[in-house]
Amino acid sequence: MTTHYHLVSKFWREIPHRYNLIGTRCGECKTVYFPPRNVCPRCRRSSIGKMEKYKLKGKGKIYTYTIIHVAPETFEDEIPYIIAIVKLDEGPMVTSQIVDCNPDKIKIGMPVEIAFRKIQEDGDTGAIYYGYKFRPIKR
Amino acid sequence: MEDNIGIVSYGVYIPRYRIKASSIAKVWGKDSKYIEKGLNITEKSVPGPDEDVATISVEAARYALKRCKVDPQEIGAIYVGSESHPYAVKPTGTIVGEAIGATPDLMIADYEFACKAGTAAIQNCIALIKSNMIKYGLAIGADTSQAAPGDALEYTASAGGAAFLLGKEKIIANINATYSFATDTPDFWRREARKYPAHGGRFTGEPAYFKHIINASKNLMERIKTKPEDYDYAVFHQPNGKFPISVAKKLGFTYEQIEPGLICPLLGNTYSGSYLIGLSAVLDIAKPGDRIFVTSYGSGAGSDSFDITITENIKKFRRKNAPTVRELLENKEYIDYGTYAKFRDLLYWE
Ligand SMILES: [Zn+2]
Repeated sequence: MTTHYHLVSKFWREIPHRYNLIGTRCGECKTVYFPPRNVCPRCRRSSIGKMEKYKLKGKGKIYTYTIIHVAPETFEDEIPYIIAIVKLDEGPMVTSQIVDCNPDKIKIGMPVEIAFRKIQEDGDTGAIYYGYKFRPIKR
Repeated sequence: MEDNIGIVSYGVYIPRYRIKASSIAKVWGKDSKYIEKGLNITEKSVPGPDEDVATISVEAARYALKRCKVDPQEIGAIYVGSESHPYAVKPTGTIVGEAIGATPDLMIADYEFACKAGTAAIQNCIALIKSNMIKYGLAIGADTSQAAPGDALEYTASAGGAAFLLGKEKIIANINATYSFATDTPDFWRREARKYPAHGGRFTGEPAYFKHIINASKNLMERIKTKPEDYDYAVFHQPNGKFPISVAKKLGFTYEQIEPGLICPLLGNTYSGSYLIGLSAVLDIAKPGDRIFVTSYGSGAGSDSFDITITENIKKFRRKNAPTVRELLENKEYIDYGTYAKFRDLLYWE
């Protein structure tokens, strides 16, 4: 019997932004978007064809956070863990797990940087999906 | 080697969790003082539940690239040596290549030779650079090896890795010579699809680790006419904290020569990462003109030896752009055996 792994194509398409924070920048107003957008919501039609790929540096600050105590089945090994909204230095906000940080040490405004981690496994036999998480800047 | 080929940059990654040897000894009713003394190890690193050889390799490679100005698109080969690749089929190197922006114009392959796959990766990159097939090569050694609960290996099997960017330009360390020694020796193995390795008990010492490291080291020094006293530092594979000290002694190296690269007592055995993290700890403090002797060991069995000289370029090398081995060792959080068992997937239910 063949098992179909429905997540594969979605994750594969998202590799550039999940691995390397590749977003887009509007050629008109220079606003940076992450995840990438095809059209700038500010410049609308005048941004069409002018959205360029833009690699974000991977640094930012904790904007807000929550501690997860009851997790979906695939994340149970990691509870309690931190999910935060990170405001990246270039402007965009991303939701991410914060790793290498004790839940009692997390603070709003804490500087964080990109880490490369496993995001999800498609069961025991499926693909392993990797991507960004964030961790406190130690140095 | 007539061409100057060597290390352009390096980076190390060690997961932040640690378990003390005493916490493991307590679970199995062993005397921790006896274990700590017998193996010369007090704690080991443990990967987090979202860490594996791919994530460790990517972090180490990114740190190596932060310390130099090499465009990842100029990397012509990525070889990842490990015995705990996350997939049985699907190369770890492809994930690393994509995550550092080196794809798609390059060669990628994963290497396996128990713990010495990291030096096998370095040797192959050197050969490709020497033959002008590539400009830069990235050689990685990383592992998150498992040990069966209660096995003696449980005190040492740890996680970590190092990435070495090799090339001809702006090298911080010249690789003067390399030599390998290999035989069929069944000292340690893991059968296909098995979770835990098996080993030949006392057989792992004399006819395996010692024989191969001593032969590789002696033969290289004989070929290039050097003696242990010609070296400022020496690094040997570190399956525990004891073996490298005694193999150094047998070869005529002093404890002072190996101490800076002896990281096992606080890290454990990172398998393919072991001697590369040891070498990195030496590169963290080395000065121009320093000469380093390195010999890896992989069960099965074989050893690769290297003669390395630090160049003037190390003065301008941006070491500070990434953490040193000592900094990584100090950034830690202790976990108990229960958490360790959960993280390492040692618990079963049906
Ligand atoms: Zn715009």
